Amino acid sequence: MEKWQAWEKISFASGVDPDFSEEIASIPGGEQVLHCIQCGTCSGMCPLSPYMDYMPRQIIAMIRAGLRGEVLSSYTTWLCASCYACSVACPKEIRVTDIMYAAKRLAIREGIHPRRFPTPVLAQAFFKEIETCGRSTESHLLMQVLLQTQPLKIFKQTRLGWNLLRTGRMAVRRDPIARKGELRRMLKALEKEYMVGGKRQAPVVPEEVS
Amino acid sequence: MSYVYYPGCSLKSTGRAYDESLLAVCRQLDLLLPPIEDWNCCGATAYMAISELKAFALCARNFALAEKQMETGAASVDIVAPCAACYLGLNKAAHYLDDYPALRQKVTAALDAASLQYNQRVRIRHPLDLFIHDIGKEKIAAQVRRPLSGMRVACYYGCQIVRPYADFDDQQDPTSMDAIMAALGAEVVDWPLKTRCCGGALTGTVPDVGQRLSHLLLNEAQRRHCDLVVTACPLCQLNLECYQAQLNRRFDTTLHIAVAYFTQAMGVAMGVADRDLGLARLFVPWPSVRTLAPAPGPAMEGGAHVQG
Repeated sequence: MEKWQAWEKISFASGVDPDFSEEIASIPGGEQVLHCIQCGTCSGMCPLSPYMDYMPRQIIAMIRAGLRGEVLSSYTTWLCASCYACSVACPKEIRVTDIMYAAKRLAIREGIHPRRFPTPVLAQAFFKEIETCGRSTESHLLMQVLLQTQPLKIFKQTRLGWNLLRTGRMAVRRDPIARKGELRRMLKALEKEYMVGGKRQAPVVPEEVS
Repeated sequence: MSYVYYPGCSLKSTGRAYDESLLAVCRQLDLLLPPIEDWNCCGATAYMAISELKAFALCARNFALAEKQMETGAASVDIVAPCAACYLGLNKAAHYLDDYPALRQKVTAALDAASLQYNQRVRIRHPLDLFIHDIGKEKIAAQVRRPLSGMRVACYYGCQIVRPYADFDDQQDPTSMDAIMAALGAEVVDWPLKTRCCGGALTGTVPDVGQRLSHLLLNEAQRRHCDLVVTACPLCQLNLECYQAQLNRRFDTTLHIAVAYFTQAMGVAMGVADRDLGLARLFVPWPSVRTLAPAPGPAMEGGAHVQG
């Protein structure tokens, strides 16, 4: 846990990005982030906040302060399990979960997410799997994530894997959709489109994804 | 009213028993659920982290395919999505496509490129919603052949069915599954963690964190002498059931609680054959009458504080 918190705690005005809050606010329904009253309801509702390096309330404050690097490289966004407890409880109707997603997308695009942390690796593996097959296969995904993050942990999962296989719950083969071309044409049409941060810089497809 | 069925990826692998038991129960209730032909993944939670637009487009393709299967003359089509992540993903996409014209324009253009069309005529429904509002608990109770009497059941809804877009039940204290279990004759245990997160994908990817959340839920269920936890989400079921051995090793506990889909409980009570419900796929076997936990003392009921 301490290793995750080793980020520079002091920020200087020169390192601040004044447009960051506007950038996050540009997602659909994102403008509410500018009206946060820092009540901390999101942090209180979050079942994962005890394990985060910055709590959700702090992340919102950091977004508004323009601490772009700190937000995008934090573990907080990658520990969000998308349970939406914060979003439904926020008195200012801030869609905290969607803000976490926006931060994840920017972090992936700019390649500054925590390296070898399983959740960004899973997201990218998942993305690739859907591009090629149209459907996901849980066993393949988990295997890829473990291989790329903690290969030795695979042995710890053999018993679980065997039990899933024994009960017919592990899909060994992929089950792709029939009209993959149709899906590919549709996704290709959106290749150049971004919902957040599109005007800041030319869209870059991260190397892991392309 | 016309329904189409969206099984989703999990219900074809780890959640197969959910698929099997839901369809078996619907057959029993004379409900037809034709699957969406050539459906694709809904994008779940992970896809949103890479591209929101593409995630919405993935859902929109399913909507377009569902509309193609709509009965002629019908005003809308109900997509039945049993997986919590699919239900949320599809519901979110439907809401966003309705609310944000600029987004709809981009997604429509992408669908055009694939010669597909979406006319905003879908509704996303969860089987819980269907059973409570379209079928009714009286009709379900009338089908019960083997009541689950004496069985103490905790209803676990998880996060993504009730939050943030579902309008069929309460977001913090939902009761639809409780009502169904009561209709089956089970004793519904007061269990305040019914919408607390099970860890989601983190239980498998970051076990140091995710397994703590699963453990908290199961520990409390055991403390309240539950014989069975019923869920409505394939990932919750996997987390709560399949990791029990790992949880016991990590936290030095003796958890051994059956965790099944609520549709399996319905099927058992309705007298559907075990093999049609996928009961053999459970790691912790379905509790038989002989192994039911002894009735708890009075201190366990009501507002007894949740222990971590």
